Amino acid sequence: MSLALHLPALQVVIPLVSAPLAVLFRRAGPAFLIVTAASWAAFATAIALWLKTGDGATISYAIGSWQPPWGIEYRVDRLSSFVLLIVSGMAALTLPYSRASIEREIPREQHYLFYAMFALCLTGLLGITITGDAFNIFVFLEISSLSSYVLIALGRDRRALMAAYQYLVMGTIGATFIVIGIGLLYLITGTLNLADMAGRLAQVGGTRPVLAALAFLTVGISLKLALYPLHQWLPNAYTYAPSAVSAFLAATATKVSVYVLIRFYYSVFGESLVFAKLPLPQIMLLLSVAAMFAASAVAIFQHDLKRLFAYSSVAQIGYITLGLSFDSVTGLTASIVHLFNHAVTKGALFLLIGGAVAVVGGATLSRLSGLARVMPLTSFGIVLGGLSLIGVPGTAGFISKWYLVLAALEKGQWWLAMAIVASSLLAVAYVWRFVEVAYFREPRADLATRREAPLALLVPAWILVGATVYFGLETSVSVGSAANAAAMLLGIGK
Amino acid sequence: MTGNALILAALAIPLLGGIGIALCARRANLREAVTLVTSVLLFICVASLLPAVLAGARPQAHLLEPLPGLPVAFEVEPLGMLFALIASGLWIVNSIYSIGYMRGNKEAHQTRFYVCFALALTSAIGIAFAANLITLFLFYEALTLVTYPLVTHHGTAEAKRGGRVYLALLLGTSMLFLLPAIVFTWHVAGTTEFRPGGILPAQLAPATLAVLLALFMFGIGKAALMPFHRWLPAAMVAPTPVSALLHAVAVVKAGVFSVVKILVYVFGLTALDGNTDWLVAVASFTIVAASVVALRADNLKRRLAYSTVSQLSYVVLATALLAPLSVAGAVFHIAAHALGKITLFFAAGSIYTAAHKTEVSQLDGIGRRMPWTMGAFAIGALSMIGLPPAAGFVSKWYMLSGAMAEAHWGAVAVIVGSTLLNAGYFLPIVHRAFFRAPRPEDASHTHGEAPLPIVIALTLTAVGTVALFFAPEVPLALAQRMLVTP
Repeated sequence: MSLALHLPALQVVIPLVSAPLAVLFRRAGPAFLIVTAASWAAFATAIALWLKTGDGATISYAIGSWQPPWGIEYRVDRLSSFVLLIVSGMAALTLPYSRASIEREIPREQHYLFYAMFALCLTGLLGITITGDAFNIFVFLEISSLSSYVLIALGRDRRALMAAYQYLVMGTIGATFIVIGIGLLYLITGTLNLADMAGRLAQVGGTRPVLAALAFLTVGISLKLALYPLHQWLPNAYTYAPSAVSAFLAATATKVSVYVLIRFYYSVFGESLVFAKLPLPQIMLLLSVAAMFAASAVAIFQHDLKRLFAYSSVAQIGYITLGLSFDSVTGLTASIVHLFNHAVTKGALFLLIGGAVAVVGGATLSRLSGLARVMPLTSFGIVLGGLSLIGVPGTAGFISKWYLVLAALEKGQWWLAMAIVASSLLAVAYVWRFVEVAYFREPRADLATRREAPLALLVPAWILVGATVYFGLETSVSVGSAANAAAMLLGIGK
Repeated sequence: MTGNALILAALAIPLLGGIGIALCARRANLREAVTLVTSVLLFICVASLLPAVLAGARPQAHLLEPLPGLPVAFEVEPLGMLFALIASGLWIVNSIYSIGYMRGNKEAHQTRFYVCFALALTSAIGIAFAANLITLFLFYEALTLVTYPLVTHHGTAEAKRGGRVYLALLLGTSMLFLLPAIVFTWHVAGTTEFRPGGILPAQLAPATLAVLLALFMFGIGKAALMPFHRWLPAAMVAPTPVSALLHAVAVVKAGVFSVVKILVYVFGLTALDGNTDWLVAVASFTIVAASVVALRADNLKRRLAYSTVSQLSYVVLATALLAPLSVAGAVFHIAAHALGKITLFFAAGSIYTAAHKTEVSQLDGIGRRMPWTMGAFAIGALSMIGLPPAAGFVSKWYMLSGAMAEAHWGAVAVIVGSTLLNAGYFLPIVHRAFFRAPRPEDASHTHGEAPLPIVIALTLTAVGTVALFFAPEVPLALAQRMLVTP
């Protein structure tokens, strides 16, 4: 049997195996090499899978040759391969970065544990995305969640413990809701395989237990994806986690949760059930708009750049869920493409901030004053990333905004189109806080001799900054995949 | 070179020039040489497109396609040709002036200044040659962002405040109004290309058309229609060469250029018939109100800024009248006002450099010390008022003819009345400078004329203002080419 047939299994197995290996060596150097190599292998696998699903094909892989629906099935289609690409790509960039970055943040004897946890987190996120089994989703969700609690708690600031604990409580509540939802579905359908479940649910229709399952899953997943107002865990987690962890989680964790939501809505329940039986689109729309405005407004008044961009993440997640609430091809395309664009943009921003933290010792705005004088490349990168958050043409963020506004206008909702563009003006306000601090103030006296961040931190960050601009001008990968995935989910075309 | 290559070269030259300037940061003379060579090359490149465009050709270039059906593409049509010619031609003169000004005033961060200038020119050329709304929008936003460091050049609290107003109004209007308008156009028309006669479907409801028109007109904040004009006076905190080239020529002309282009090529003048009365009213109000503010402003640059707000609305007004003659006047006014206003700003900067004066009330008798500067100022003022032998006369002539042909007596009254207002705030300056005795406290000042590069630059533009009066053929030919319906 050729290796290519087993790509779906390898996608998860390689990072999974790298975690215990890293622990066995008990040393930072080998652990780093193993996990980084595993993440690159995972990225290569994801690219291969993405290419294989290019023609709209779905790859089904039976784990241990136990045929679905009895065994666990891995299922790769246009949407999951696209999310796999985002997750593994971010890991492949963040890991090389983390080596220099955690040097300053985590005691050296704990480094190998960091890499092991990182590998497990990556495994979990990839597993959630690739699996076609409802309970398996829960298992991988727990793997990724537990490892991310540890990763966050590794932060240098003691408040990281509190943040991790808060995330643990909220995350556990979310996971409980999710497992109750899955349990209900299992009771109703007697299967855990998602495709099988979808077929059986179609016969049951919108009975009350099905709706209850839908409600439990929606709330549980919304907690994990930080839908406003269930986002309370996010700002602290992103602020106090080690820089590399902030970047990786900001770019991937909430995105994978959005993926799970889309998967359940469109591939399991079916859009007719979700959007017709419950006032879900209305609720989703309301909460999304609230996120876009409230979280952006809160971001404007933050004193810590990491926290500022964490709140901005909550707002940006609002754009993603807003796209879902339209229940149209354009809206869904907007959601999926923003999933990607925001991952790239936020990843870039948090990596750059990590570099700044490493050099100036903190991310509070008062510490960052005059940053442009000390670290011109980092500052300029943050500005470019900020422009993408605003949605300036020529950046990835513009593409998302274009599709969102178009989706709103297609529905004839002028006020929503205006709300989208108005909320992006709030982004101008919080991005410009950084600009004015970095470019108009003098650097603090103790920072005058500091220099630009080391290349090990700057190069991965600027690769993502470059991607932010690239995907604003050339979108055959991002929009192409998103549009195909949206058409597939809504059963249009192929 | 083919048209395609020339267009791409016109975009690339200032961009590469900007990189070259950054590389020569430590050698000021070489850096300035790069600026001058770049600006001359750009002008040659743009000018060599002119014969083909005058002959009726429309060279095209295609860069990339960010969204399916929405390419970043370029097409040189007559109006864009004119705008590109003005922006690139005046960049040469402005570069000469900048060298004198920046050195004369010992400004800091000169490399950043010249780099941003070069990037602003790339954006302006991109706007001029844009073949569709999406390309226009891309470069329009880029122009706002690259001019922001120029506006806030001094880095003071005042500069920061000015920069905030600048960004808030320019980004705010373009994001709130212009972007939805563009998306909506794409939604109903299936294209955003500029085509003679317009692209909007004929069955669009009148109310929708009116809303769309309002979104476009107020979305183009750079045209400074009231109430979104405040960024222009706020931007006066910038060094004078910035005010001169960007806020008298490139940025504001990008605004009115976009207005004309969208009215002509997206809506189509015939389709607009009967829908532009409110626009005429808003533009008329802006013309008069801004003139009244200018009348009361003592700060010279502020007076010039409000005069610009007023003059920009001439272009909007004349286009909104929809008469071929007045539209031709609007197009010509883009050129005429550019030459006249840059002369006035050059003079203001010259006074500041030589005498460190910023207020009109300080200018008594300054014409005797600075005859070249104030002579040029007088010519620029004539052009603003619309008197021969300055270029402004020609545009006003066409605008008035158009308004009369349409029997739009309200517009005629506004144009005539504002001429009086213009005279009211420009002639006293000329009178003070030449006919009043110097104030006693100025007796101890020993300054003469400004540095030579400044004098050369403002003389050149003053001569240009007069020359355009005697030889208005090229802009008028371009205007007629634009109005030929296919």
